[in-house]
Amino acid sequence: MDYTIKIGGAAGQGIQTIGFTLSKVFSRYGYDLFSYQDYESRVRGGHNFYQIRFADSQVWCPREPVDILVALDAETIRRHSDELTESGFAIYDSEDLKETYRGKEYIDVPFRRIALEQGGSKIMANTAACGAVLGMLGMKVELLEDVLASTLKHKETLDSNVAVARAGYDYGKDNCPECAFRPAGKAAARMTIEGNEAIAFSAIASGCKFYSAYPMTPSTGILVFMAGHAERHGIVVEQAEDETSAINMALGASFAGVRAMTGTSGGGFALMVEGLSLAGMTETPVVIVLAQRPGPATGFPTRTEQSDLLFGLFAGHGEFPRVVFAPGTPEQAFKLVNKAFDITEKYQVPVIILSDQHLADSAWSLDGIDLDHFKYSDYRLRGEAFAGLAEYKRHAFTDSGVSPLAVPGEGPHVVVTDSDEHDEEGHIVEDAETRVRMVDKRYFKKLAHVKIEIEPPELYGAEDPEVVLVGWGSNYGVMREAVDNLAANSRIGMMHFSELCPFPEAGRAKFMGILENARMAICIENNASGRFASLMRMETGFKFERSIHKYDGRPFTLEGLLEEINGHLSGVQRTKTGVVPGVR
Amino acid sequence: MATLAEYKGQRPAWCPGCGNFAILTAFNKAVVGLGWEPWQFTIVSGIGQAGKFPHYTRCNTFNGLHGRTLPVATAIRLANHDMHVAAFAGDGDCYGEGGNHFLAAIRRNVNVKLFVHDNQVYGLTKGQPSPTSLPGMRTPVTPAGVTEQDFNPVSAAIAMGCGFVARGYAADTDQLTELIKAAFQYRGFSLVDIFQPCVSFNKLNTYEWYKQRCYPLQDGYDPADFDAAFARSREFGDRIPTGILYRKESETYEERQPVLAGRAPLVKRVGNPSGLDETVREFA
Repeated sequence: MDYTIKIGGAAGQGIQTIGFTLSKVFSRYGYDLFSYQDYESRVRGGHNFYQIRFADSQVWCPREPVDILVALDAETIRRHSDELTESGFAIYDSEDLKETYRGKEYIDVPFRRIALEQGGSKIMANTAACGAVLGMLGMKVELLEDVLASTLKHKETLDSNVAVARAGYDYGKDNCPECAFRPAGKAAARMTIEGNEAIAFSAIASGCKFYSAYPMTPSTGILVFMAGHAERHGIVVEQAEDETSAINMALGASFAGVRAMTGTSGGGFALMVEGLSLAGMTETPVVIVLAQRPGPATGFPTRTEQSDLLFGLFAGHGEFPRVVFAPGTPEQAFKLVNKAFDITEKYQVPVIILSDQHLADSAWSLDGIDLDHFKYSDYRLRGEAFAGLAEYKRHAFTDSGVSPLAVPGEGPHVVVTDSDEHDEEGHIVEDAETRVRMVDKRYFKKLAHVKIEIEPPELYGAEDPEVVLVGWGSNYGVMREAVDNLAANSRIGMMHFSELCPFPEAGRAKFMGILENARMAICIENNASGRFASLMRMETGFKFERSIHKYDGRPFTLEGLLEEINGHLSGVQRTKTGVVPGVR
Repeated sequence: MATLAEYKGQRPAWCPGCGNFAILTAFNKAVVGLGWEPWQFTIVSGIGQAGKFPHYTRCNTFNGLHGRTLPVATAIRLANHDMHVAAFAGDGDCYGEGGNHFLAAIRRNVNVKLFVHDNQVYGLTKGQPSPTSLPGMRTPVTPAGVTEQDFNPVSAAIAMGCGFVARGYAADTDQLTELIKAAFQYRGFSLVDIFQPCVSFNKLNTYEWYKQRCYPLQDGYDPADFDAAFARSREFGDRIPTGILYRKESETYEERQPVLAGRAPLVKRVGNPSGLDETVREFA
C-alpha cells in the first residue's frame, strides 16, 4: 500500500491546515509518511499544493501519481487531474468552484454546506474535507477528532469542528463506494515532524540559549519554532533588524557564554558573510543555518535548490576553518545540529547547517525522539575553574590550537578578543611573527583536529555496486528509494554525503574505491552546474562522467529521478552531459 | 576597590593631541568612581580610532566589525544581564555603517551604554566625510564640499524616545566623567555623543571651534521635558549645549522579556534544557 493525497488551491484557502491535519492522522494511525509543500511567494491567490504520501513501508520522497485529489479551486482540477491513478478520485465542492465535472473520478462533496449546517460557519469547510478524505479511505474518524483536539483549544470551536468532521466523514464514506484503499490494521502511533522543526528541536536539545534571525523563507520556520518554545526552555529569541545584526548578536551571546545560533537563506547569508569571518577570527562558537532556495538574488523565494553549497563552503574573507553539514532527513538533522553545537563549542570554529526548502517544509513520520542521543559537553571555562586561574589569555597558544574559552565576569581576569590580528591576550598586533603563529594556531592546528570528527558518506544498497548514485543533503530520500526500486535489476548503491566540510578523510579509501570500481557513478543534484561534483573533483580529483540536475525549483520525484537514471542505464541520455533541461 | 593604576591598558596608537585621550581619562575616572573591577564590565567596539578604545583601558573586550557594535553589545547583555555593557563607536561606525542598528537599539531599550566618539570626520581612513560632517566641509572625496545635510544624533535619539541622551565634549573632562557615570547609572539604553576633535584630519571642527560654541546646560534645565529637550538638541550653530539633554526611565527590554525578567542571567542557566519531553509530545 502506497497512497498519495494532493490538496490544491489558492494561497489563503487553508491547504496547509488540511495537509498538516491529515499528515498527523496518518502518522498517528501508524503509517509511514512523507509530505511536502509547493507554494508561491504570495499570501492570497495563486496556486499551491500540499502532497501527502503514506504507506505501510517506509517512504522518503514524493511520487507523481495521485490517489485522491482534494481540489479547493478549479485550477487544481485543471492542473492536476491528469495525475490521478486509474482508481483515483478528485473531490471538490461544486457550489464553491461553480463548476461540475463529469466522469466517475469526480466526486462532488458539499464542504461548505456541511460546514455551515453542522458547524455554523463555512470557515470549517476544510475540516469537512479532512473528514471526507478519511471517510473515503474507510479510516476511523476518531483519529481526526484527536488531532483537532490537540490543535483547537477553544471548546466551542472544537465541538463545531468535530461535528463538521463527522458529517464530512459520513458523506465521504457513503459517496465513494469504489475507493480501492483498504486501511491496514492500526500500528503503533508515530510522530510527525518537519525539517525546520527537527533543526530547531535539535538546537534546543543541544542547549542553544540564544537564537537571532531575520525572517526569510525557507528558514523562518526555525525562528517561529524557537520563539514558540523560548519560555519553556529558557531561550532568548530575537528578531534582528537585519541579517548582519542577527549573526553579530549570535556572536555577542556566544562571547558572553551561551550557545547561540542564527538562521537565514542565501540572500541573508550574503549579509552574514562578514560575521562568519568575524567568528573565524575571534574564534567565537556559532551555528548558522543556511536554508537554500533558488537564486540568484531573490530567485524563487518559496522553492528548493541546492545551489549554495560552494557559497557556504567558501564564504568569508580570509582563511579560517569552518564545518558544513547538510542533513537530508529529520534524523540526520537531529544528529548533525547536535554535532554542530558540539564541534563549534569544542574547536571554536563556525558550523554551517546547509538545509533547503525541500528539507525545511517537508514532513516525515517518526517512531519517536530518543533524547539520550543528544550529546552535551560544556567546553567553556566557568565559575571556579576560571576564577582559580593565576592568569588568563583568551587566545593562548596551545598544542591543539584550541585556547580555553572563558565566560567573562566569572573570574577576575578580562576576556579580550579582536577582529584585528591579535596576540594571545587578544590585543591588536602588527608583527609578522605573531601573525604567523596565530594563523598556524587558528587554521592549521584546529583544522587537523576538526577533520578527525568528520564522518564518511552513508552507503546504502549493493555492497559492491556497479552503479552508484551520489548526492547530498535533501536528496537522501529520493536516491534511497530509487536504489530500492532498481535493486532487482541492477547492482546499485547510494552514496550520500551529509558532512561536506572538511571533506571526509575517514573511510576515503573505501568510498573512493567504490566510485572508481563502479561501471557508472551518477552525481544527482538539485542545481544546474553540479556544485558537489566540483567539490568532489577539487577534493579528490574524481570527475563524474554522468550527472542528473534539476533546477526548476521543484524537488525530484521518485518517477522523475527513475526516468533519468534509466536513461543513463539504457544508454539513452537526454543530452551529452546528462543534464536535465529545466522545468518538466 | 579598583584604582586608576589597574585601568592602565595597551599603549595608545592615537595621534598626539587626539581628543580620544581625554575620553579615555574620563572613562577610567568614571569606572573607578563607580567602584568597578575591570572584569566586571564589557566593552564592545567597532572599527575606527574609537574601536581601539577598550585596548587602552582594561575590561572584557569584543572589538568586532565596523558598524556592528550594538548587535554584539545587545546580545552580550541579553545573555548576561548582570554584566555592565558599553559600546564604543565612532560617528562613521555608529551613524553610517551601523545606522540601522542604532535605530533598533533605541527601540529595544536594552541596558547598553553607547558612547560615540564624534569627530565629524573619518580618522582611520584619513579624512573622508562622516555622517556628522558639516555641509560644505572640504575633504579629499568632497573637493567641492560636503553636499549632504549633517546627521544630528541627539535629535534623532530624542525623537525616537531614547531615554538617556547626552552630549559631551572631550576637553571638558570633568563633565564627561560625570556624563559617563550618569549613563551607567541610568536604567536602559543610553547615548552619549562626545565631541572629539580630530587634530589630523578635521581642520574645521577644531578644539577652538568647539570651545567657542559648547556650553554646559545649567541647573535650571529640566531633562525630563521632552519638548524642551528636543528643541535644545536642535541647537547646533553658534552655541551647542552639552550635558544630559533628555532623561526619562522606562521599562527595559530585559524587564519586559519573559525569559529574562526577574530571573538569573541566561549564562547561569546553561546546560541540558528541561521540559524536552513536553516538546517531544507536541510532535505526536
